[in-house]
Amino acid sequence: MNNNLVVSTSPHIHRHESTATIMWAVVIALIPSGIGSVWIFGLSALWVILTGVLSAVVFEVLIQRLRGQEVSVLDGSAVLTGLLLTYNLPPVVPLWIPVVGSFFAIAIVKHAFGGLGRNIFNPALAGRAFLLAAWPTYMTTFHAPYDALTTATPLALLKEGKILNLAEMNLTYGDLFFGGRAGCIGEVCIGLLILGAIFLWVRGVFSLHAPFAFIATLALFSWAFGGTALFSGDWIFAILSGGLILGAFFMATDYVTTPLTLKGQAIFGIGCGLITFVIRKWGGYPEGVSYSILMMNAFTPLIDRYVRPKRY
Amino acid sequence: MTKIDEKKELTEKVSVKNAPLPDTVYISLVQHLGKPNDLLDVGVGDIVKTGQLLAHADALVTSPIHSSVNGKVLKITDWPHPVLGKTKTIVIERDKEAVEEEFVLRSKEEVDGLSIDQLRNIIKDCGIVGMGGATFPSHVKLAPPKPIDSLIINGAECEPYLTSDNRLMVENPKEILEGVCIIAKILNTANVYIAVEDNKPEAIKEFKNQVLDFKLKVLKTQYPQGAEKQLIYSVLKRKVPSGKLPFEVGVVVHNVATAFAIFEAVYKNKPLYERIVTVTGDIFENPGNFKVRIGTPIKDLISIAGPLKKEIKKIIMGGPMMGIAQGTDEVPIIKGSSGVLVLADDEVAEAEEGACIRCGECIKNCPMGLSPALISAAASKGKWDLAKDYGLLDCVECGLCAYSCPVNKNIVQWVKYAKTKIKR
Repeated sequence: MNNNLVVSTSPHIHRHESTATIMWAVVIALIPSGIGSVWIFGLSALWVILTGVLSAVVFEVLIQRLRGQEVSVLDGSAVLTGLLLTYNLPPVVPLWIPVVGSFFAIAIVKHAFGGLGRNIFNPALAGRAFLLAAWPTYMTTFHAPYDALTTATPLALLKEGKILNLAEMNLTYGDLFFGGRAGCIGEVCIGLLILGAIFLWVRGVFSLHAPFAFIATLALFSWAFGGTALFSGDWIFAILSGGLILGAFFMATDYVTTPLTLKGQAIFGIGCGLITFVIRKWGGYPEGVSYSILMMNAFTPLIDRYVRPKRY
Repeated sequence: MTKIDEKKELTEKVSVKNAPLPDTVYISLVQHLGKPNDLLDVGVGDIVKTGQLLAHADALVTSPIHSSVNGKVLKITDWPHPVLGKTKTIVIERDKEAVEEEFVLRSKEEVDGLSIDQLRNIIKDCGIVGMGGATFPSHVKLAPPKPIDSLIINGAECEPYLTSDNRLMVENPKEILEGVCIIAKILNTANVYIAVEDNKPEAIKEFKNQVLDFKLKVLKTQYPQGAEKQLIYSVLKRKVPSGKLPFEVGVVVHNVATAFAIFEAVYKNKPLYERIVTVTGDIFENPGNFKVRIGTPIKDLISIAGPLKKEIKKIIMGGPMMGIAQGTDEVPIIKGSSGVLVLADDEVAEAEEGACIRCGECIKNCPMGLSPALISAAASKGKWDLAKDYGLLDCVECGLCAYSCPVNKNIVQWVKYAKTKIKR
């Protein structure tokens, strides 16, 4: 009789997907936009990205060691957090900024809440929020594309109220789509971000409920109430000018901090769109994508409690 | 429901062969859902014939067992059972000289002359149970407490690797249809569907070649479409309420192999002592479908499908999604055994459970619309009521959640455990 038989519960076969394959797929999907950004803003963006990713990895290893956990840095989740954090930073900042941001993201937001799968808030976005509160000058000094001059982002110009449309900014929709404007490292190359998002969607990494709800809600409200008269707002500008595409496809789809069900994800997206519009229109900051996602992160457990899948 | 890797190509084109008769058979007293056969009709030392009644029980929901060989009762003892650990089992040593007698056949006219009660009694006395794996006594299912309007014959065979129903449909479509006629007559319905998934084109062609009084329903291949509630929804768009049986919505479902067994019982007076079993896995040189006597130890079948290419790591009774891993190759085939799947080391994932990353795949794939990740999380904390709230008792244990889980959560294991905690 064979005594080496494995006895375990069904099922006995598994889909070939793991945390690592998913995380690395997202990292790969984000790389084109980063390369585009280095092309546009120069090498300083590259140093920021590399510093952020490397420090996130180092903090992950250190903290897992301290907690006596198995070090799981190869699953790519810390790399992804570091990458997303730096994508939310201006292209020229002192290099200790991404280090501090990564520490806050990994140590406080992720591990203090229990580690992978247990954090309430998106670590990268919470890291950015912390940096923005602590060092607002560094975090709001942006550079013009292909130029060392500092300039304001399109949304900041709009917030100041002196310039009210794209033409006065000397920009076209094409500029916005291909990254020819000031902004955070990862948010400007909209075309390449969408390419990455399509890759992830085809691969089945996320569904489009949250991103579409987010984008559609913001576009609708910007069109209806964003202009000088009712239904005259520039909704294309609203979609392309800030961090919406990066946020909607890559952060409002984060598994851990967004609802489990498709219906819940749609509600999450609508909430994000509303809050972003409110911040852009009436808030103190020109952009509200990150704060809207963080706020909706807080609502995620509530949404999961009340929005259940449809029973058979 | 989801499309998953099927692996049916290993055996789907291989014709059914008779497995060599085993030297010893191990016939468990429990091969059905219901009261175990506690009244023995034979004793140790008795000479028995193929098809002879061995044991029965005095109850409505039960099904008698019969000898599957000519031979002598060696002992009656506790022996490994593929589902229930160990059960009381009649061990018969085959008499290699004895010739098996032919059964007395019934003509079509005689069968047509049988009353519904007579038919039901033949089916009961021949020990027919649901052959898809549930092993519910067929005569009980053929007497629904209220009239039904539709009968579905289940030829979906959605479990990966398994092809025994497929081969039966390809090789014996006429006999299956005769069996279906008998079932339809007993249930008094003309509204009969034969449901086959579109990954079985040969079987579909065979049915189309027959003169059909029934509706052939070709379904898109999806797992777990063969599960009763899913099949009823796919065919009739009717939903069976939670905790209820199909007759509540006017439907009865029978497996194709059960229809075949009913044909053999009624036309040939043949008790259920053999069935078709898929013996499969990449590990075998000659995987295939075999007509196997009930009680044959699976080690016999493994040697028939061999030689082996690698060392055995896991033996599964049934398919890979819902089958049960065995601790020994001494376990016998029972009436509900549709397949024996053997896996080698490189096919057996012993991955550790990781932290749930809330990807939602289990929820997206759950055919019952439950929240598997939350059920298992609740169960692992001992919160049985919360697990129930997330739909624990509606879980059919199809395994799609654990199959698609990227962090290898043993969701089905938690579900089974939690159910035992709640049922008391």
